[in-house]
Amino acid sequence: MSANDPLVAIKAKALWMRRRSFRMVYEAQMGHPGGDFSATDILATLYFGVLRHDPARPDWAERDRFIMSKGHASGALYTALSAAGYCPEDWLSTYMANGSKLNGHPNRNYLQGVETNTGPLGHGMPVAAGIAIAGQITGAEYRTFVLTGDGELQEGSNWEAAALAGHRKLSHLTLIVDRNRLQQGAGTEDTITMDPLDDRLRAFGWDVVMLDGHDHAALLAALCAPPSTKPRAVIANTVKGKGVSYMENQAKWHHGVPNAAQFAQAMQELV
Amino acid sequence: MAHTVETAGLYDCRDAWSNTLIDLAVADDRIVAVVNDSVGSSKLGGFQTRFADRLINVGIAEQCMVGVGAGLANGGRIPFVSAASCFLTGRALEQVKADVAYANFNVKLVGQSSGIAYAELGPTHHSIEDFAWLRPLTNLTVLIPSDPWETAAAVTWAASHEGPVYIRLSRMPVPMLDIPNRVFRVGRAELVRQGGDVAILACGTTVHLAAGAADLLQSQGIGARVLNISTLNPLDEEAVAQAAATGAIVTVEEASIRGGLGGAVAEFTAAHRPVPVERVGFAGFQPTGSLAYLFEQSGLTAQGIADAAHRALQRAVK
Repeated sequence: MSANDPLVAIKAKALWMRRRSFRMVYEAQMGHPGGDFSATDILATLYFGVLRHDPARPDWAERDRFIMSKGHASGALYTALSAAGYCPEDWLSTYMANGSKLNGHPNRNYLQGVETNTGPLGHGMPVAAGIAIAGQITGAEYRTFVLTGDGELQEGSNWEAAALAGHRKLSHLTLIVDRNRLQQGAGTEDTITMDPLDDRLRAFGWDVVMLDGHDHAALLAALCAPPSTKPRAVIANTVKGKGVSYMENQAKWHHGVPNAAQFAQAMQELV
Repeated sequence: MAHTVETAGLYDCRDAWSNTLIDLAVADDRIVAVVNDSVGSSKLGGFQTRFADRLINVGIAEQCMVGVGAGLANGGRIPFVSAASCFLTGRALEQVKADVAYANFNVKLVGQSSGIAYAELGPTHHSIEDFAWLRPLTNLTVLIPSDPWETAAAVTWAASHEGPVYIRLSRMPVPMLDIPNRVFRVGRAELVRQGGDVAILACGTTVHLAAGAADLLQSQGIGARVLNISTLNPLDEEAVAQAAATGAIVTVEEASIRGGLGGAVAEFTAAHRPVPVERVGFAGFQPTGSLAYLFEQSGLTAQGIADAAHRALQRAVK
């Protein structure tokens, strides 16, 4: 691994994002750290190895777009955007404070780099499809990436958009599913059967890749692969709360917040 | 005017909408149309023929349709999302709220066959709640053209305006309003009839009925000012204040009397200039019936509006 290998930067950024976002949640005593941590490696890979973007030109027409459909994992998004240069790091200390630009759910009018407002589940996919259609109409080369939760795919609007993307062969659209198998109240499969998620997406006209959502090299390869003739789904198998022993695979850490001892332990483990 | 099709002095405003959109699309290749299998009901067949690749049919999927509109705006297009307003505003309300209004994307929502245009098809297909649903949405301009001229003007303005807009259209045949030297001004009420005894504030398909009511009242010695409130959001509060100064107000809309134009006027007058307000519109879900029958039943006629003016004037005296 050479010094300018993107995997070195991605690994470092992911570690920083976990530590920083958990501090945000600790200080705000609010947030969704479990989902932040399952998505952190995906966002770090996107922002520091995949996306063609320029924080100095957030409206650059040819930029790649990333839509954070699981908007509740705003801690992961805000740390990624800050590390990428969209806002000063000290903004992160205002997370969910009165008057902050960093709402619990992202608002594109508050923070550049946020492509659309999300929060209610099932909104990112149709918007991402619309962005991809705009590119298809104009012949633009930009790529559109959208990250959803797995429980989120219980919202029907996702499947309206999945059908549209398959029908229109939106080859520059990539869906990434944060497949941590836990939703707010229980396991996804105990709530509504999601599997076989890969076959369901293939039936809608998508190419499907399954991988370890914490493996930066695998993520980088899948997300940088050239477009085919179909939209692409990357089912990223992840661990909710990844990186902190007492949080991993625990549904209660969906929106759990740490006390002082838990925060200290997490900082010891996240190294 | 160009782009209209007249039948016995009446016009279907969808002709003005669709022909204006074609003109705009010729001049600006960013303009696209998004539909939910609603090409025919939106009269977009001509647009589809001219600009096949700029007509995006998402199928029968309204939530997706509105989200796609937001995405097209993100991608630099100017989308006109056109569908029956009952489905556009009801089925996709959260997308209208979050993806269009709150996100403040440059999306034009075009509600077709609004009000009770689908009369006999019943309340599932009526759109009398849209004003109440959309009026609180910050950033969203709500336009209600009253005739073909105003429809063309509203569509043209929407294309040039950077921001979310809802245009409420109907397939109900309406006459061209006889107003000299018209200028379309968003956010400003349009004077249709002069008068100082009572003010009738109407919108959309009911403006010509309000003008008819003013004529009836005139013959009774009552001077009724008629205002065309073609922008519901933002409300022309100055015009409403001046209307309140007459001492009595009637509001008229092809919509629920709760939360729409009547609601907006009542909110403003209660806070700033208390005055009797009689609201003419629909009290709730409508029974089976023709458009004419349902209008008659709810007093949406020249006579019914004149009667409401008398009620308002009586309350003002007390």
